[in-house]
Amino acid sequence: MSVGLEHYLVLSSILFCIGIYGALAKRNAVVILMCVEIMLNAVNIALVTFSRFLVEDTVLLDGHVFVIFVLVVAAAEATVGLAIIMAIYRSRRSVDPDKIDMMKG
Amino acid sequence: MALEGTAAVSAFWILAVVSVVTALAVVMLKDIFRAALFLVLCFFTVAGIYATLSADFLAVVQVLVYVGAIGILLIFAIMVTKETQHGSLFNRQHVFAMFFAVLLLIAMIGSVTQTDWDRLRDVANPSTEATHTEALESGEGLTDEIGARLFDEDGFILPVEIAGVMLLAAVLGGIVIMRERDKE
Repeated sequence: MSVGLEHYLVLSSILFCIGIYGALAKRNAVVILMCVEIMLNAVNIALVTFSRFLVEDTVLLDGHVFVIFVLVVAAAEATVGLAIIMAIYRSRRSVDPDKIDMMKG
Repeated sequence: MALEGTAAVSAFWILAVVSVVTALAVVMLKDIFRAALFLVLCFFTVAGIYATLSADFLAVVQVLVYVGAIGILLIFAIMVTKETQHGSLFNRQHVFAMFFAVLLLIAMIGSVTQTDWDRLRDVANPSTEATHTEALESGEGLTDEIGARLFDEDGFILPVEIAGVMLLAAVLGGIVIMRERDKE
């Protein structure tokens, strides 16, 4: 019994779809951010998988470098996203995205 | 072209099952605080999955950045916004969202299993990349190779500097957005 490229890619797909379901169906902005983090993790798993399994007994390091950049962007996204959520909570007393419509003309 | 041996294979299956279950718990649980704790557990299992893919440096960075920084930040946000009494509910379109997610999952799994990845292996040219069989076999790890790849002249030095500027902009943006408005 062995585990190969397809196993990891299917795991990555499942995590990505769980994340996209949560991001679409939740009513709390913090939980939506958490689901976006799950989706980013799923993409990272796919990148590391390809860098490990594409060529035999070799690790293509470009995939690892891409994962590091995704990590940087995820950290920046969490910072700014949570700051926006807290600023909206301070003025509206709610983090429900359905109720936040002040940019509607 | 695959992980062999019972240790690696059983490690993959345990980590895969735990990560999927914890991700489902993040989405399904009503208690936001527990969902955040399950998210931290999910990040840990993803770090373990990196370790099974011999990405040792990324596993450590995953624990440091996701568990250490983003997990704590999310728990702080949950405690400050006091939305725990409402809980994490589903909105009106959750049936449609479930339908879309399942459809996407079927499409992705179908394309992953139908694709002939061996053809891609022929296209990938390892001669332009550094090969790291020795580092993998001797157990030295890939950290210094990643560092060389990031900071070399012909590597990724320009994106690294741009990422630094972007992080600075994100930190400044977070401070500006969160700051109390001056009462005038």
